[in-house]
Amino acid sequence: MGELKLMKGNEAIAEAAIREGVDAYFGYPITPQSEVIEYLMMEKPHERTGMVVLQAESELAAINMVYGAASVGRKVFTSSSSPGISLYQEGISYIAGAELPCVIANVVRGGPGLGTIQPSQADYFQTVKGGGHGDYRLFTLAPSSVQEMADFIELGFEIAFKYRNPVMILSDGMIGQMMEKVELKDQKPRWSADEIKAMHGSWATIGKPESRERNIITSLDLDPHKQEKHNHHLQAKYRQMEKEEVRYETFDTDDAEYLIVAYGSSARIAQKTIMLAREKGIKVGLLRPITLYPFPEKPLAELASRMKGVLSVEMSAGQMVEDVRLAVGCSDIPVEHFGRYGGVIHSPDEVLEALEQKIIGGK
Amino acid sequence: MDIAIKDIIKKENLVYTKTKLMTDNVLSYCPGCGHGTAHRITMEVVDEKGIQEQTIGIAPVGCSVLAYEFMNIDMVQAAHGRAPAVATGIKRVMPEKYVFTYQGDGDLAAIGTSETIHACNRGENITIIFINNGIYGMTGGQMAPTTLAGMKTSTSPFGRDLHSMGNPLKITELVAQLPGTYYVTRQAVHTPAAVRKAKRAVRKAFELQAENKGVTFVEIVSNCNSGWKMPPVQANEWMEENMFPFYPLGDIKVDGELVKK
Ligand SMILES: Cc1ncc(C[n+]2csc(CCOP(=O)(O)OP(=O)(O)O)c2C)c(N)n1
Ligand code: SF4
Repeated sequence: MGELKLMKGNEAIAEAAIREGVDAYFGYPITPQSEVIEYLMMEKPHERTGMVVLQAESELAAINMVYGAASVGRKVFTSSSSPGISLYQEGISYIAGAELPCVIANVVRGGPGLGTIQPSQADYFQTVKGGGHGDYRLFTLAPSSVQEMADFIELGFEIAFKYRNPVMILSDGMIGQMMEKVELKDQKPRWSADEIKAMHGSWATIGKPESRERNIITSLDLDPHKQEKHNHHLQAKYRQMEKEEVRYETFDTDDAEYLIVAYGSSARIAQKTIMLAREKGIKVGLLRPITLYPFPEKPLAELASRMKGVLSVEMSAGQMVEDVRLAVGCSDIPVEHFGRYGGVIHSPDEVLEALEQKIIGGK
Repeated sequence: MDIAIKDIIKKENLVYTKTKLMTDNVLSYCPGCGHGTAHRITMEVVDEKGIQEQTIGIAPVGCSVLAYEFMNIDMVQAAHGRAPAVATGIKRVMPEKYVFTYQGDGDLAAIGTSETIHACNRGENITIIFINNGIYGMTGGQMAPTTLAGMKTSTSPFGRDLHSMGNPLKITELVAQLPGTYYVTRQAVHTPAAVRKAKRAVRKAFELQAENKGVTFVEIVSNCNSGWKMPPVQANEWMEENMFPFYPLGDIKVDGELVKK
């Protein structure tokens, strides 16, 4: 068993990044995730593993530093919160277009605009539907515990390098700020220059020897037919992700008549709602998407086919519910959204009340 | 006397050859444009120093966006203005490499001003090659931060009005003020003598990079005959008469000290 610690989500993800053997972190402070860079600076990862940590002058600079270090085959991590992630979007689009691996964490806060520093899940659309320009997809992992904040670093880099695609860890101010027990993995060594050359030398711009053609990292092709072909290649990657990388968890669904779909913090709250509902004799289960893109549409469709109604719960005005509706398809069961937003966290009782009113009463 | 070409093309007659660090791709630049020459001297320096495998270049957004098609080294194409941040990311994880950016004035001194100033202020051990042609070439000749007072462009069709459009920005003098820059110079590539000087400056910039003393910054005042709507020769004359007085050639900072004028 790895080392057990009591940590904030933000600290756990930072510590996990050091232990993962990440080569560089670039970031710009923003609440509620500044602990990530503060923790990293405090830990002196340069002495522990040689990891570079740099506070950039802006999120624009930070994401482009990520782009640079990723283009030379390194493991690069960055984190921010909603307004900062908005500034990342051009960079994320370039990273996806140029097919570079990296892991980005968004500790979401309430919006729009400067919004609030309280937790929110209102960046779902931005994350899974685009955000930046062009036809790209951001592989999205949604942790619902401090443990998963740490674990998704390793999983995130595995996927980022497997597909050479950016990976987003979409959490929120609640997961980032709350303290929980977390089991940390042992320290992995950082990749050596020789390992990077062996694994990524075919594409990474680590210096052109006589023996090979030059490597180029770019997202540009002025010839639209070539650009379309590149897009086909990207789309094929996304189809493969949709086939092979869907992750989700179910809870109390075996005998359930109603289903709650919720991710991250909302999934934690929904588990309590399910206990309360079952005390009242209402049989509710939970499907928790762990990957938001690719969305677990098939498992959801299968589960929904034996339910009397589905409630999508998220701290937003209703974003994921669109994907829930698409997955459930044209059945007659009610599919509704409930959530508090703008930084307000719903209580388990409020979710139960919504279930009773919108789904059970509303059918 | 009949002399066949094959009799002339002999090793002992060779006075100049294209560096193999320039690819055979046809340059996308307008005939007469300075970009091609600036590329060539940069690649000649990399070639002569024997550092092809140690060098990573960053192409900007601008006419030189396709620099990676012409420079035969590993290259990364950066978002508009962000090349110094991209270079920072690379250099921080590969400090043993020579990392340089190649940027136009819109890229470096408008949209990327923040990245330029902060990379220079942090003293990143990178080389910045800055092509100042006083205009946005790529997008069809709009006003740049370095466009001269009164200069006509497609977005200052009656000439740059300083009151409403702001002043031309001497970004090179500005970065020279920062403690993180070590060598800052302004050059040109419009005559053989200027090309030789500019190449010496680029070589010096690369050599100093290996000493980890901070940013080495080479501005090249260049023409944009298409954007300026002039034939190449006239564009060069116009540059000498108008650009050089405002952007005087020569070293601005040497060995970390401002050059007294
Ligand atoms: C974010 C963004 N904004 C605007 C553009 C459009 N754009 C492309 S090149 C350019 C100006 C380039 O001018 P400069 O840097 O002076 O280089 P030159 O073409 O003159 O060599 C602009 C505005 C872009 N590609 N990306
Ligand atoms: S538009 Fe101007 S800067 Fe661009 S290639 Fe033509 S002359 Fe050169």
